[in-house]
Amino acid sequence: MHPVFPFVVAALLFGVGAYGVLVRRNAVLLLMSAELMLNAVNIVLITADVTIQRTLKPALPATGQIFALFVIVVAAAEIGVGLAIILRLYRLRRAVAVDEIPLADPLPAGAVLADDGLDERS
Amino acid sequence: MTVADVLLTAIGAVVVGSALLVVTTRHIVHAGLWLVVTLTGVAALYLVLTAELVAWVQILLYLGAVVVLLLFAVMLTRAPIGARDDLDRPRWPGVLVGLGTAGSLAALLANAYRWDKIELPAAGTAERIGEHLFRSWVLPFELVGLLLLAALIGAIALSRSGDE
Repeated sequence: MHPVFPFVVAALLFGVGAYGVLVRRNAVLLLMSAELMLNAVNIVLITADVTIQRTLKPALPATGQIFALFVIVVAAAEIGVGLAIILRLYRLRRAVAVDEIPLADPLPAGAVLADDGLDERS
Repeated sequence: MTVADVLLTAIGAVVVGSALLVVTTRHIVHAGLWLVVTLTGVAALYLVLTAELVAWVQILLYLGAVVVLLLFAVMLTRAPIGARDDLDRPRWPGVLVGLGTAGSLAALLANAYRWDKIELPAAGTAERIGEHLFRSWVLPFELVGLLLLAALIGAIALSRSGDE
């Protein structure tokens, strides 16, 4: 097996993810592109694990695979919190386009949040 | 070129191609569905690279949980059904940065590994990985559990309606 193949695939996948993060406007699509980048990193970890096992004989075997497992779990946590933030944003602004979010306009004190029927207790 | 090389190249082409569709398609829901193809391809790459447990965890967590969550988010934010032209910002900075990172990373890694050839080790089955995980990595494992709990509570607190 030539390790250069999966490494190049990972590099291309990371580039595609970076493109998506910079170009997409919808926040959900932005999260999808971030997932692509995380997957590229995981491919590098797994390939490096396989490669280094054979050449360097590290003290702890299978470290790359275990790191990949941790990355997957942390990505799941990130998606959970990220989607909660996006839903909150949608309720406040009725839009999830990231370049339409004003950086500084505080809601007036006591403003009533938009009721879109998503709330159980309205 | 061995069997593993051919498989890695073919699956890699599928992965990169469907990833390109994820970031270029004009349907939001289609992006989610192409993401399924990409993530399945990545799991197949892990299988070829002998990371058996990671491949199944990838299928279970990414395809089973993350994609479903993303599709839920698409529905809950009332994303438009059908093709839309306003999903993208001006493309050239993204193309520049994407090509730059992909090109420089690929050049770096290709230069580091040249045409080295390695033998694939024994498969990373659940038994083998689990042994290392619960022997050398117990503390990080427990910390990840704590992190998941914190993320769960954070997500619930954020998505609660109202500010009472």
